[in-house]
Amino acid sequence: MPAGGRRSDDNPVPEVPTLSESKVLTMREAVNRFVRDGDTVVLEGFTHLIPFAAGQEIIRQRRRDLALVRLTPDLLMDQMVAAGTARKLIFGWLGNPGVGSLHAVRRAVERGYPGPLEIEEYSHFGLLCRYKAAASGLPFFPLRGYRGTDLPRVNPHLKQVACPFTGETLDAVSALHPDVAIVNAQRADAGGNTQIWGLVGAQREVAFAARRVIVVVEEVVPEDVVRADPNRTQIPSVVVDAVVEEPWSAHPSFVQGYYDRDNAAYLAWDRITRDPAELERYLDEWVHGLPDRAAYRARLGNETRDRLRPGPRLAGPVDYGDYR
Amino acid sequence: MTSGPGAPTRAEIMVFAACREVRDGDCVFVGVGLPNLAVQLALRLHAPRCHLIYESGVFGARPVRLPISIGDPCLVSGAAQVLPMAETFLYFLQGGRTDLGFLGAAQIDRYGNLNTTVVGRDYDHPRVRLPGAGGAPDIALNAHRTVVIARQDRRKFVERLDFRTTVGWAEGGTSREAIGAPGGGPSRVITDLGVYGFDAETREMTLESVHPGVTLEQVREATGWDLKAGSPLGTTEAPDAAMLRLLREELDPDRIYLKG
Repeated sequence: MPAGGRRSDDNPVPEVPTLSESKVLTMREAVNRFVRDGDTVVLEGFTHLIPFAAGQEIIRQRRRDLALVRLTPDLLMDQMVAAGTARKLIFGWLGNPGVGSLHAVRRAVERGYPGPLEIEEYSHFGLLCRYKAAASGLPFFPLRGYRGTDLPRVNPHLKQVACPFTGETLDAVSALHPDVAIVNAQRADAGGNTQIWGLVGAQREVAFAARRVIVVVEEVVPEDVVRADPNRTQIPSVVVDAVVEEPWSAHPSFVQGYYDRDNAAYLAWDRITRDPAELERYLDEWVHGLPDRAAYRARLGNETRDRLRPGPRLAGPVDYGDYR
Repeated sequence: MTSGPGAPTRAEIMVFAACREVRDGDCVFVGVGLPNLAVQLALRLHAPRCHLIYESGVFGARPVRLPISIGDPCLVSGAAQVLPMAETFLYFLQGGRTDLGFLGAAQIDRYGNLNTTVVGRDYDHPRVRLPGAGGAPDIALNAHRTVVIARQDRRKFVERLDFRTTVGWAEGGTSREAIGAPGGGPSRVITDLGVYGFDAETREMTLESVHPGVTLEQVREATGWDLKAGSPLGTTEAPDAAMLRLLREELDPDRIYLKG
């Protein structure tokens, strides 16, 4: 376990009063309360911190007609599409990274199986700019992005705008305000101040862009742990609606310093997703057949979890200074 | 190869050719697979001061194992900087700080335009749904040089793309400048058969060298248009025994990317 949150006796953290109210909920409560049929739901985490536990709870609660948003729809989106939660996918790159294709998504797009799936695609940069516009309270974001490509031909949301200063023609994307953002992180306090290290992806942008935010963490820590290292806070409590403490919630993706990507699971997925019946069995066994993530952890077993734990590589402490 | 590890495979020749495109001090946008091996090799040979940038939000990566994806945790541990993905695109790419980017493709045309979106002309009913754009359009638009690495056959090297995901030299000539593309455009294409450059005026892909043992006829067979070839046609330099050892024993010991 990383030592970042622990205190040592020679370096005491000053006591501060806990100001914010607890937003800690179980995963079941958080999804039940904040994810509704028909919502636009962004599930981010770029290879790192993919919200598998939350996505699988959405499947378990049988949400329907969701517009799912993600830069890189991968195994989780394949599962959510196969389980029938989605009417639409908004994305930048579809695939099982480093392995192959998402066959459930492909079946839906290529053959409308088991049902039609609307798609709306961007470059990574284009979709990131949509998040950034929404998080910044702007109606659109200018970029040099997709000129000379066929993307605007198939996506009417890609437009152009003249720079009012130079007259240059710029590409433009509209703000994307998700109904819900689900963000995984290493740790947060009970009020939702959320700390991430390693790849930060678009976690901060989607948290500021969304109407409702669920944060899912490996550990809930006391507020003074967060306040001892404010530079590491990516998301402030004020935009967070629920904090869910759920160890191993990003498995089979990774959490920097906690566990590595379970590549065997990504490789196995290539076989599972090719066969709709086998995919159905996977969902029965690992999602519908389990009551919660605690049961998933137990099923995963100690051996797998031990295999995925990295060795330590600690950052040195920094001195913020005491200015009393 | 007279002694040592044996003759290089096509994949190893591709990696070595890509490695030579890296200049010391370059900021390089790296992908997984062959480009990653190429840059790792360049770091150990002629470009020890190049900076590895990954679109996942890492600058100055020094991975101690072979990364499985562009977001592998080994890219973070020991890196110089981690930044939000949006800033990676905004500052390093659009801000003009990227010297070299590597790209792959399912289809490429004679002007180095790429398709990674769909196979089949009907976008709404594609024969094959491919992964899509990812970071490619922005790398191709903004990097000072882009190098495309792809295996070559007639289904890949096509007269006309089914979909243009990523712009290269557009329709050739000055058409890339005309659309306001800020970066330098594609500079090389490296396949399992040969290495290509682009004509300075027409911007058409031109075969510069064939790999050892490959004939011009074979390359023409694997190209869906009337291919221009340089004269005299060179032979691609193959990695020597020391480089092969580095590739096989240190960089990809499990032969994950070098098998072909």
